Amino acid sequence: MSGANDPYDPKQVAALSAETLDAAVRSATEAFAAAGDLEALAAVRPAHLGDRAPVLLARRELGALPPAARSDAGKRVNAARVTVTDAYAARLAVLEAERDERVLAEERVDVTLPWDRAPRGARHPLTTLTDRIADVFVGMGYEVAEGPELEAEWLNFDALNISTDHPARSMMDTFFVAPEDSGLVLRTHTSPVQARTMLERQPPIYVIAPGRVYRTDELDATHTPVFHQVEGLAVDRGLTMAHLRGTLDHLARQLFGADAVTRWRPSYFPFTEPSAEFDVWFPEHRDGPRWVEWGGCGMVNPRVLTACGIDPEQFTGFAFGLGIERALQFRHGVGDMRDIVEGDVRFTRAFGVEQ
Amino acid sequence: MRVPIGWLAEHVDLPAGTSVEDLDTAFVRLGLEVEEIHRVPETTGPLVVGRVLEIEELTGFKKPIRYTRVDVGEDQPRGIVCGARNFAVGDLVVAALPGAVLPGDFAIAARKTYDHVSDGMICSVRELGIGEDHAGILVLGQDGFEPGTPAAGLLGLDDVVIELNVTPDRGYCLALRGIAREIGTGLAVDWRDAGAVTPPAWSGKPAWQVEVTDPARCDRFSMLAMEGLDPTAPSPWWMRRRLAQSGIRSISLAVDVTNYVMLELGQPMHAFDRDTVRGPIVVRRATAGERLTTLDGVDRALDADDLLITDDSGPIGLAGVMGGASTEIGDRTTSVLLEAAHWEPTGIARTVRRHKLPSEAAKRFERGTDPEVTVVALARAAALLAEHGGARVVGSPVDPDTRGPRPAIPLDAGRPARIAGVDYPTSQVVEALTAVGATVDADGDRLQVTPPSWRPDLTDPADLVEEVVRLAGYDDIPSVLPNVPPGRGLTERQRRRRSIGRALAEAGYVEAPAYPFVGTAALDALGLPADDVRRSAVVVRNPLSEEEPALRTTLLPGLLATLARNLSRGQRDVAVFEHGSVFPGDQRTPAPVPGVDRRPDDETLAALLGAVPAQPWHVAVALTGNREPRGWWGPGRAADWADAVQAARVVAATAGVELTVRAGDLAPWHPGRCAELVVADQVVGHAGELHPRVCAALDLPARTCAMELDVDALPAAAVPVGPRVSTFPPVLVDLALVVPEEVPAADVEAALRAGAGELLERLRLFDVYAGPPVPAGSRSLAYALTLRAPDRTLTGEEANAARDAAIALAVEATGAVLR
Repeated sequence: MSGANDPYDPKQVAALSAETLDAAVRSATEAFAAAGDLEALAAVRPAHLGDRAPVLLARRELGALPPAARSDAGKRVNAARVTVTDAYAARLAVLEAERDERVLAEERVDVTLPWDRAPRGARHPLTTLTDRIADVFVGMGYEVAEGPELEAEWLNFDALNISTDHPARSMMDTFFVAPEDSGLVLRTHTSPVQARTMLERQPPIYVIAPGRVYRTDELDATHTPVFHQVEGLAVDRGLTMAHLRGTLDHLARQLFGADAVTRWRPSYFPFTEPSAEFDVWFPEHRDGPRWVEWGGCGMVNPRVLTACGIDPEQFTGFAFGLGIERALQFRHGVGDMRDIVEGDVRFTRAFGVEQ
Repeated sequence: MRVPIGWLAEHVDLPAGTSVEDLDTAFVRLGLEVEEIHRVPETTGPLVVGRVLEIEELTGFKKPIRYTRVDVGEDQPRGIVCGARNFAVGDLVVAALPGAVLPGDFAIAARKTYDHVSDGMICSVRELGIGEDHAGILVLGQDGFEPGTPAAGLLGLDDVVIELNVTPDRGYCLALRGIAREIGTGLAVDWRDAGAVTPPAWSGKPAWQVEVTDPARCDRFSMLAMEGLDPTAPSPWWMRRRLAQSGIRSISLAVDVTNYVMLELGQPMHAFDRDTVRGPIVVRRATAGERLTTLDGVDRALDADDLLITDDSGPIGLAGVMGGASTEIGDRTTSVLLEAAHWEPTGIARTVRRHKLPSEAAKRFERGTDPEVTVVALARAAALLAEHGGARVVGSPVDPDTRGPRPAIPLDAGRPARIAGVDYPTSQVVEALTAVGATVDADGDRLQVTPPSWRPDLTDPADLVEEVVRLAGYDDIPSVLPNVPPGRGLTERQRRRRSIGRALAEAGYVEAPAYPFVGTAALDALGLPADDVRRSAVVVRNPLSEEEPALRTTLLPGLLATLARNLSRGQRDVAVFEHGSVFPGDQRTPAPVPGVDRRPDDETLAALLGAVPAQPWHVAVALTGNREPRGWWGPGRAADWADAVQAARVVAATAGVELTVRAGDLAPWHPGRCAELVVADQVVGHAGELHPRVCAALDLPARTCAMELDVDALPAAAVPVGPRVSTFPPVLVDLALVVPEEVPAADVEAALRAGAGELLERLRLFDVYAGPPVPAGSRSLAYALTLRAPDRTLTGEEANAARDAAIALAVEATGAVLR
């Protein structure tokens, strides 16, 4: 080491000479490059970047130089140190990447292994389809109305213009409830909810009433004694059959695609006049696009409005009803009614929670 | 209603080239649903009319056989062997000649049989595919056709029958007359009204004495007497053919004629054997104790509401429904009394229901017939009996007629447009109503419409609107969305039901709604005590199965049956749920039946609604097998009582209510593994493992678990208050308490929570241990407590104080000892 008062001769400060520095840098980079893994790299690091490493020792010699020479030599030393440091960092990065790659490869798992430890259940498609239909109407501003399944005979029939001796009454295949004078039946349709709603409030009324209904049919591939309907009722000033068609077309599009539309056939229901049965054009039917029978509809019979306390001279209304099982059958290609009613989890699981 | 197109074409000028499909479309547009199209199976090859010239009886075979010579329009008659015996020399028959192929691929060839060559076959209606009758061959009569005439056309083998589903409001379409009107109007072609006929002016005294004592139920009763009927005269072939096409069996000329006229005009008729009727005919209600044996041979006890046709001997007919056996037309009847009446429809409907006796006649009377055509029908029947049976009318008809005038219905001509949303000019409205047969008096837009006599269903302006819109066509109605005012969305209750279903499904349960019918056996299997409230059920009077006559009071029978069904189909790990109404069978008052001409008064309405029992919405789960399946990760975890209780917690959390669980004891649960589910101090349900006897009775695996609770009993969810989240560090404390076994963990937890006070952020039971060194009869419960203050870092002293207070209260309240 040179003393502070020694005469300046850069060549005599050997540690600062370009050759020495170059040699140190070369030696360091070679050593780093030769290190095959992180451990080897760590082992050679002190010799080239430690306190006693040549480039760091050279730095200490700078003070011995006259100011004029110090700047020049300082730059050289710094450059050498940066080169060594960078070489180290670069090698470290390479080796770390190699290590990571190896370790992560060793930690590989088979992500295709099944993991059904907490199996998901499912909601019945009758429920989800009902909800879907209800949501379409709620989106339009309708409210969801409800009524009991065990219902007053008067609400199920009389209020709907189906008198005791009306042929339509015996065609309904009703379950009657004991005792004979109970005045109760298992509702044969969701239409009594219409009557309940109108008895409860004045128009404007826009409600939809999904629910379970009963007829004395034996269960087979196409019939079930317990099934589900959705009833719609609108009573307001100036409602027409055109509004009914617009509403049904809207529902058809929501459920069966933008090209779906309804077609009407004149029919008869005691509680609507005029009455129609409607078909829906279903382009996605599994057997090819076709018309499918779907439900019944019509303008609320003024007699029903009267029995429920609504003035038929001021208000008109429309109503419609459709079968959920039927919609489920053709929308989802379900061929046999028994699959819908038997509660086999394999059937229901296919529909998931939201369908 | 079956409509043979050939018959229809006699009433309507169907345009040339009208196909069955065209008619199908037209019917549907008119509101007559086409249920089925019946075609006769095809016959090919030579099928001709033949005349029987000779009959040789062959003997010596197992059955009598005839060898006939039949003129089939050729130079020489053909020899044909025939096994039937219902024909005579001179009869016209239908012969299938060699080369013909009858329905069912029945090829006809000349062949030797019974020692003779049979050069063809004489056909029965069954062989021709046009009926079921195979008792004999088809005899066409003695004249009317030339031998050799091709038979297919005159037999109507190509005649298609369209079967229509006629709605109850349109009884007039249960006859060719009504169908002709509809299709003639629908296709805009000429047609003839079979009812618009003036009956002949019969002279002489009324042939019988008739009295109608109940004109409200019978406002027209027409009768005509005939004599000189040849009792052996057969019904003409075409009539039998049309009856068969219409699904009505041929019986005798007199009966066939009444049926034929009914199909043509819509007027059901009855023919009495005049020689068996004793004295004047009286139409009256039945009196107590009266009986009548009807044509079907059933001896019936009559109700005071039944309307009867009687003579001096008593009842001889159940009015409008079925005739009596004592005056039935027999094979020696030569004089008849023909009846055509108009009955009040609801009375007929009551009698049909009471006696469970639907008939073709009653079907039409229930829907309302045309009172104008009673005598027209008598005249038509008389003409047919004269022509085909040689019968003569005696005297003049009897026709008590007490009908009042039919009131006109006022109609604003703009009303159809306002209902349909389609602009119909007044002229179109008048035209449509005229087309249905109404008489319309127009004063500008104010119409006075008198409906036709055959349309009792047209009583209100709305009925007339339907006719106008129907004839204009429903396809004209545009599609317009109404402006619906804003709604409230789903109610809390509706949202809650949906959320519960979703939550249970996400928790692994599969929704399985069952029929709500139960029987005593199912309740016995659940081990319900005799006085259990769930045994008090609503009973269905006409159940599908006598084994399951009642409505469910609990969801469990249906759900457990579903579980069993899944297991029987090979499933092992099954978790199902159902939510829906149950039907408690409380004592009730009968629901009133108010009138419908106005809204019931508030009191009546309240009584009506109050008579309908509450039907609470329950939710239930049932599960068996593994709750978590075994897999590559290790063994599975069997479903147990805790899963069932957890399902209740899921429901409560979804509903936003706080659930307390305590030990319970209720069938069908295991008495030591039954949780009582409590919300707001009210027991809302139970959960746990089923009683071993219940599992055995229902053939379910041991340790099957279930939960049921009453969703409607849950109070409304409180609106949650958002907590201030503390950002200060927590102090975590673990502690273990040794408590007597019988102390519920819930009590220990409650004491710890109360003791720890406000600083307790979270408490969790992380271990339950029994066994040494814990003394017998006790168990160790280990809890992790998270303590934290909202506004500061807790000091050690504060944390210790909270911990000690928690322990102190647990010790005091439950006899716990700190471990």
